[in-house]
Amino acid sequence: MTKADIVDKVCDRVGGFSKKEAADLVDQVFDTMKQVLETGEKIKISGFGNFVVRDKKPRPGRNPQTGDEITIEARRVLTFKPSNVLKVALNSGE
Amino acid sequence: MTKSELIERVAQESGLTKGRAEMVVNTIFESMTHALVAGDGIEIRGFGSFTVRQYKAYEGRNPRTGDVVHVAPKRLPFFKVGKELRERVNGRWTPSEKVEPSPRPTEPSPPKPSFTRRRDENLSEDVI
Repeated sequence: MTKADIVDKVCDRVGGFSKKEAADLVDQVFDTMKQVLETGEKIKISGFGNFVVRDKKPRPGRNPQTGDEITIEARRVLTFKPSNVLKVALNSGE
Repeated sequence: MTKSELIERVAQESGLTKGRAEMVVNTIFESMTHALVAGDGIEIRGFGSFTVRQYKAYEGRNPRTGDVVHVAPKRLPFFKVGKELRERVNGRWTPSEKVEPSPRPTEPSPPKPSFTRRRDENLSEDVI
């Protein structure tokens, strides 16, 4: 599934939008989420999951190709924690 | 930010009614859920991709009591953050990207040892 498929769904299910309008709205939703996450704030989508920004401390690591020791810099990463509803949905099939 | 706050913001910025904005946002996440349930991956360029990973049964432990727990095979969604969002999230936190311009080491590697495969993304799982 790509963004184009989501746009089609929005057109079918919501109605009253042109493809272009629906595409702009879908972009707007993801752009808003990106803006919020960029500030470090988390996003909770009930029924789907939480997008959480986490601070990682620096830690020693290795270049897996050369074996050289390197320091992995402190950084900020995004993690996704699926909601229980989604986990159940994925496992309730067969 | 919660889903309803996201809906409000979309409504404000697009001029849609809150009800319409809500339908749009719900449709997005519902269609994503359907894709994952069907076992399809989702790719949103600049944001990230979702895939479904199959996990085998294993013997876990309750970290609090130490009891052995049987964990049944399961499917879990896995999110991999897209390049743009990864950089934006990390951007204002580290002074610059000069230290690490590329996420993976791309130096010319001499003999190439055999443990490259261990570079899996962190497969964190809940034990309980």
